[in-house]
Amino acid sequence: MLRTHHRLLTAASASLLVLGLAACGGTTKDSASSDGGAAAQTGASADPNAKTKEGLKIAFLPKQLNNPYSDVETSGGKVAVGELKGEYKLVGPNDASASSQVSYINTLIQQQQDVIVVAANDPNAVCPSLNQARQAKIKVVSFDSDASKDCRDAFINQATTQGIGESLVKMANELAGGEGEIAILSATPNATNQNAWIEVMKKELAKPEYSKLKLVKTAYGNDDDQKSFQEAQGLLQSYPKLKVIVSPTTVGIAAASRYVSSSNYKGKVAITGLGLPNQMREYVKDGTVKKFALWNPADIGYLAAYAGAALASGQITGKQGEKFTAGKLGEYTIGADGEIVLGPPTEFTAQNIDQFNF
Amino acid sequence: MTAALVTKSKRPALSAGGLMKTRELGIILALAILVIFTAVNHPRFLSGQSIRDILLNTAILAVMAAGQAVVVITRNIDLSVGSVLGLSAFTVATMMSTNPDLPMIAALLVGLAVGAVAGLINGVLVRYGRVPALVVTLGTLYMFRGITYSWAGGQQVNADELPRHFLRFANASVLGVPWLVLIAVVVVGGVSVLMRNYRVGRELYAMGSSPQAAELAGIRVARNLLGAFLLSGALAGLAGVLFAARFGTVDASAGNGYELTVVAAVVVGGVAVFGGSGTVWGAGLGALLLTVIGSALAVLDINQFWQQAIVGALILFAICADRLVAVRIARSLRKRDSHV
Repeated sequence: MLRTHHRLLTAASASLLVLGLAACGGTTKDSASSDGGAAAQTGASADPNAKTKEGLKIAFLPKQLNNPYSDVETSGGKVAVGELKGEYKLVGPNDASASSQVSYINTLIQQQQDVIVVAANDPNAVCPSLNQARQAKIKVVSFDSDASKDCRDAFINQATTQGIGESLVKMANELAGGEGEIAILSATPNATNQNAWIEVMKKELAKPEYSKLKLVKTAYGNDDDQKSFQEAQGLLQSYPKLKVIVSPTTVGIAAASRYVSSSNYKGKVAITGLGLPNQMREYVKDGTVKKFALWNPADIGYLAAYAGAALASGQITGKQGEKFTAGKLGEYTIGADGEIVLGPPTEFTAQNIDQFNF
Repeated sequence: MTAALVTKSKRPALSAGGLMKTRELGIILALAILVIFTAVNHPRFLSGQSIRDILLNTAILAVMAAGQAVVVITRNIDLSVGSVLGLSAFTVATMMSTNPDLPMIAALLVGLAVGAVAGLINGVLVRYGRVPALVVTLGTLYMFRGITYSWAGGQQVNADELPRHFLRFANASVLGVPWLVLIAVVVVGGVSVLMRNYRVGRELYAMGSSPQAAELAGIRVARNLLGAFLLSGALAGLAGVLFAARFGTVDASAGNGYELTVVAAVVVGGVAVFGGSGTVWGAGLGALLLTVIGSALAVLDINQFWQQAIVGALILFAICADRLVAVRIARSLRKRDSHV
């Protein structure tokens, strides 16, 4: 009994010590970050005519490796780095937890990369490290999921929230034939991007031209095949007059399509939303799905690499209104807060789906 | 103590009076209440399509629960089943997409084989490593998932890459009963009979009631234990094939987190986590109940934030009801013994 007590005490004091050390580490990083932020903001001015440097070391750090979607994004980046005659590097954690990217950023700083292209797992957790990188004259471009805006130079936004919401409602309206009941099958109830899109959709639906469309329910499939399946079934049972299910998540739209294609609702209920062409090809070809949309993920990585190169070459600094050219995608202008918008989402139908492979 | 007594009462359990005392009664009651309540509010809940959906959704879980029940009855646990499902689903999906001419039976056999090997590894580590099953299978949970991740990379097998006959298997039916459901019924029924009426089954119960006594009584504990883990693995492998056919999209994360649902189904189904009691068909009922809960909550339009809490509460409720039944059986048995 006494021995266990003693052991407990040792363990407790040890953990206190660790906590204390961690706290110290935190402070150092924080002070560094505020310095770095200030340093990076001032000074440099853009020279649009500067030549794009060759041999730039451009590193991609997605949310996690082994994620099909991230892989397509970074594959676009690899193509762009090849065109730019730079050195491409891909690193990343196996899990998308908030702090898992920090050690990778520190390693990239030591390797003296020229550009870090990062999809932040947490907007704030990666900030101190990213600012250390910027202090070391590394340009930081975020894509997919933004880092806090004072610790990156530019952000590649796949599409504006407004643009996605509008195009989802437009597709639903076409498929419903201008009137009837529609439902949304989302991911998790607290997914930020999903909720933002749904908010825009609701505002759109309030407009007079969509007055005959009625949103009856928003269901949540938690981005899980089985759960999304069950939620799709629930929607069809609860709302016999349902005309369209809009699913703005790749897991949800695939599960709903698979369910409808194998049930007797096929042909009576339309499915649309945001999906990956490879995953959806089967259901587009068997007629379950008429059209759905998505930005081209490969273009995101591609644009991010070009933005990084333009930053590293001094053509842009990340200020609003600056322009640069991104290879085959053409010219882009930087928006407020260093945001670069890729463009409207691409619509996929039976006619064009075979041109896409991701 | 109660565990051993309950096992003794198993034989007369199927007579009318006995049925009232079984651990499965609680599940059947909960199931009936839930179905009636939902059907009153939404008559479409009992439509042919809906019943078919629920049975199809149950099939995969029930197959895994049957194997898990056998392992739990021996006072062990197999946490690796979700990862085994993932490994098997990805193996089979990759195989079928590169060799579309292979017949369905080949897919089923490969899935079973992959699962059996994984299960055997678990069994050997538990028996000969003398490590608790909880720790071993927690390790292999990560190991098998890791293998799938490193093999799959970011790849995904999509529905359009899989051969028609493979996908159709998930919905095709014989005499109106879908194949998936038929397989689940055969598996649950077969394993139930094996556990109830055959020597090896009774030995597995004995091992769970008292491992030391079983060994001293001359039961071939090692062989039986390996067999139990092999069965659980093989059935998880089979479930992987069914998963691939049903969902048509398989990536490295297929079946992630399934192990907890399977264990929940087994526990709700009245199989005691301390081994030695419970039935395989009870575990099958547990799987059905969990699936009906999922479907009913979706139909009843219950706020998403509440859903998981409700599932959890129902699990606790089912276990409490089950515990009450167990106490009553123990009391009546004691009374009977005192009269003798």
